[in-house]
Amino acid sequence: MKQANSDVLERFRTLIRQARQTVQESKEPGKPHIYIGMATCGLAAGATETKQAFEETLAERGIEARIIPVGCIGHCYGEPLVVIENPGFPAICYHKVTAGKAGALVRAFLEEGDPLFEYVLGALEENDLIPTVMDFPRFNLERRVVMADCGALDPENIDQYLAGGGYESLLKALEMTPEEVIQEIIDSGLRGRGGAGFPTGRKWQAARSADGSRKTVICNADEGDPGAYMDRTILESNPHQLLEGLAVCAYAVEAENAVIYVRAEYPLAVKMIRRAIDQAGQAGLLGAHILGTRFSLSVSVFEGSGAFVCGEETALIQSLEGKRGMPQHRPPYPVHKGLWQQPTVINNVKTLSSVPTIVKKGAAWYRQIGTQSSPGTAIFSVVGKVVHPGLVEIPMGTTLGRLIFEICGGIPNRKKFKAVQIGGPSGGCLPESFMDTPVDFDSLTQAGAMMGSGGMVVMDEDSCLVNVARFFIDFTQNESCGKCTFCRIGTRHILNILERITKGEGKEGDLETLRELSQDIKTASLCGLGKTAPNPILTSLEYFREEYQAHIREKRCPAMMCRALTAFYIDLDKCARGCDACVGSCPVDAIFTTKGRKKAIDQELCVKCGECMVACPTEYDAVGKVSPSELAPVIERPQEKAS
Amino acid sequence: MIKVNVDGRAIEVGEGQSLLAVCLQQGIFIPHLCFLEGMPESPASCRLCFVDIQGEPAPVASCKVPPWDGMVVRTDTERVRRLQKSALRLLLSVHHVDCRNCPSNKKCVLQDLAKFLGVPLKSKKLEHLQREIGVELDHPLFQFVPERCVLCEKCIAVCRQHNDFSLLTFAKRGFNTVVTCFEKDPDRLPCSDCRACVEICPVSAIFLKNEAAEACLDQPPPFPDSP
Ligand SMILES: Cc1cc2nc3c(=O)[nH]c(=O)nc-3n(C[C@H](O)[C@H](O)[C@H](O)COP(=O)(O)O)c2cc1C
Repeated sequence: MKQANSDVLERFRTLIRQARQTVQESKEPGKPHIYIGMATCGLAAGATETKQAFEETLAERGIEARIIPVGCIGHCYGEPLVVIENPGFPAICYHKVTAGKAGALVRAFLEEGDPLFEYVLGALEENDLIPTVMDFPRFNLERRVVMADCGALDPENIDQYLAGGGYESLLKALEMTPEEVIQEIIDSGLRGRGGAGFPTGRKWQAARSADGSRKTVICNADEGDPGAYMDRTILESNPHQLLEGLAVCAYAVEAENAVIYVRAEYPLAVKMIRRAIDQAGQAGLLGAHILGTRFSLSVSVFEGSGAFVCGEETALIQSLEGKRGMPQHRPPYPVHKGLWQQPTVINNVKTLSSVPTIVKKGAAWYRQIGTQSSPGTAIFSVVGKVVHPGLVEIPMGTTLGRLIFEICGGIPNRKKFKAVQIGGPSGGCLPESFMDTPVDFDSLTQAGAMMGSGGMVVMDEDSCLVNVARFFIDFTQNESCGKCTFCRIGTRHILNILERITKGEGKEGDLETLRELSQDIKTASLCGLGKTAPNPILTSLEYFREEYQAHIREKRCPAMMCRALTAFYIDLDKCARGCDACVGSCPVDAIFTTKGRKKAIDQELCVKCGECMVACPTEYDAVGKVSPSELAPVIERPQEKAS
Repeated sequence: MIKVNVDGRAIEVGEGQSLLAVCLQQGIFIPHLCFLEGMPESPASCRLCFVDIQGEPAPVASCKVPPWDGMVVRTDTERVRRLQKSALRLLLSVHHVDCRNCPSNKKCVLQDLAKFLGVPLKSKKLEHLQREIGVELDHPLFQFVPERCVLCEKCIAVCRQHNDFSLLTFAKRGFNTVVTCFEKDPDRLPCSDCRACVEICPVSAIFLKNEAAEACLDQPPPFPDSP
């Protein structure tokens, strides 16, 4: 039954009017406005000091300006990011604004009117003075749907969200029947962004038609993938959008309870979402009788203890029920028997955050973005060897090559691309030949990788894929809950074998064992953790087999990354007589002076930290690396003279 | 009645039982470890009871499948056996194989499975691995032998059945998971004449301490002793 009537509409209109007014009044025309990105990434880069420097310099110079903390725009390479609206100028985005630059900006820009071009990332609007950010691929090839307002809003201020059209989708949903809402989501083709890509509308429909009196909606914000932080960013930057999506979902499936499961390691996200829940409750947008309708929704926050496996939906439910976080066999699926055996919808943060826009603009609009089978946008956290790492929201179907080389600026330091690992710790490692692969659920799975949570690690020629595979399986086997045989014991065997290979102790037959065991773990494990954990091994075995073989047969690490197989040496022809820059850098005193007063490395003592290579002045560039380690020239240490 | 076909044999079954239970009752053996007759939910954790069901892309754990009418099942396909052997090899690779000194000798589920699947007890294919026992296993009443334990969870299930809650529990996680009991006060343990956990254990990995002598536990098992 539809819930909205004219009273509801009137109430909502009043709410919006008040919010707009408050926002309007808080703007002080004629005064500069300084927006500082203060999500966790900004804070880590020093945004607190930046903010303090702005405050102090403004006070010192007697300039009146407003400082507004906002969330993250995803351009992590440029943190701390600051946008300054100075009357008479276009809004300008500055990057890497350290405390020193903050002071300089106040003095030069706000006081003198000099926008300090050297600090500018770009203007946010067309103008004759400064190139706009839209001139850069990192901006113009992105398509922001979920993150559209991240970094533009003060996450602690519901009025800003409301004034920009927030909660209109909830109102619109209340004007529809739950079935109509579900149909809209089905038509949009939205697929779950938590990894598996299950059609969201069908999930809601199943929960709606399941028997049960106390249905629950859970937002999965466990986000356990190392290096992935888009869910955190969304919670910290635009929590109301998520709450609105959550409320639409609860209305559609007729749930009166919702839980947001966030990891306790995200204190700022927890704080932001709690505050948002309070504010929405006070505004009558959550809680009992939302906007005066018969629809009620109580939302609580549960802080998980940060086990990766607790992101798996059945383990998450166990954890909510106070039990050991161990996955359960499916079926029954949570939509039939979930929290306390009641029908439960579990959706990822990005999935729910996509909902308000879909309801507002319609399924047809959403389908224009992305591909036929994967409509909408994908959010990746691109890290590793790219020029512009950070959060990127792109239309599904964008090719890997475009994402890595155009949007993220390619590989720094003139190095060569080697592989990209996609989908979190259990994603696959793909070589250059996959650069034309479109990023969508099905293409990535077909390639042996997966969408997963959207973690993406780009590697250059200096990465050893055997070591990379070892690194990821080390993570997953550590996070295995220990319940089922294959994941518990099998992943440990894989780790051991890979450790041996990276130490040069690999044997003929190891690759066969690795492949067979990986396939068995993939087929036979109980939950998604085990079923996907072997992906990095299977893909690297397939695409980088020679690298494994070099380790086993020649004790050689082609990327010269595995310590046991590489050695550092000093090229006596390049080494400068009398220079001892490397000597002080060596933590174990392995560098000695040769008879010819040059330097050499005692291979017995060397721990292969590489500090000498960094310390050697570039004009000499005398420290080299070889693999296998026997290739390092042997240089006699002169006998210590008896004193 | 539901009619299913298992390995070419037509079987009629009632509702409410898993395919595994039905097959076992009919004398069709499917390897299994964690399934316990009469328990409401099997944990499906041992990953041995795989079968191939017509129409399913991959083998499925039969303890979690209710039979349906017209179901066609094969219990002995190549890929089913491959997974079962692989699972058993993994279990054996962390098991202290010392049958002569083990009270379960000749009635041990691992021995039976090894024979059935043709897997050597001391396989050369995988290295022997040892768990790090990260909890204090010493207990006034219980003796745990984690080097034997296969983590089938049966002791926990029967304990729960006898006491409404389980005194025995998993501790640590992942590769180092062990079964233990955190209640250390003998007066608060209702174990005086209950031997359910000891009796159910298929590999003699748990004892009441006063019976440990009989269980060849005068000396802790030497470890590792790979061939
Ligand atoms: C090991 C493992 C970890 C997972 N971690 C997460 C997570 O951190 N966040 C998440 O949303 N989904 C995670 N999932 C997927 C969930 O089980 C579930 O599919 C998802 O929350 C459903 O939401 P969606 O339909 O919106 O994608 C994980 C799955 C596995 C197997």
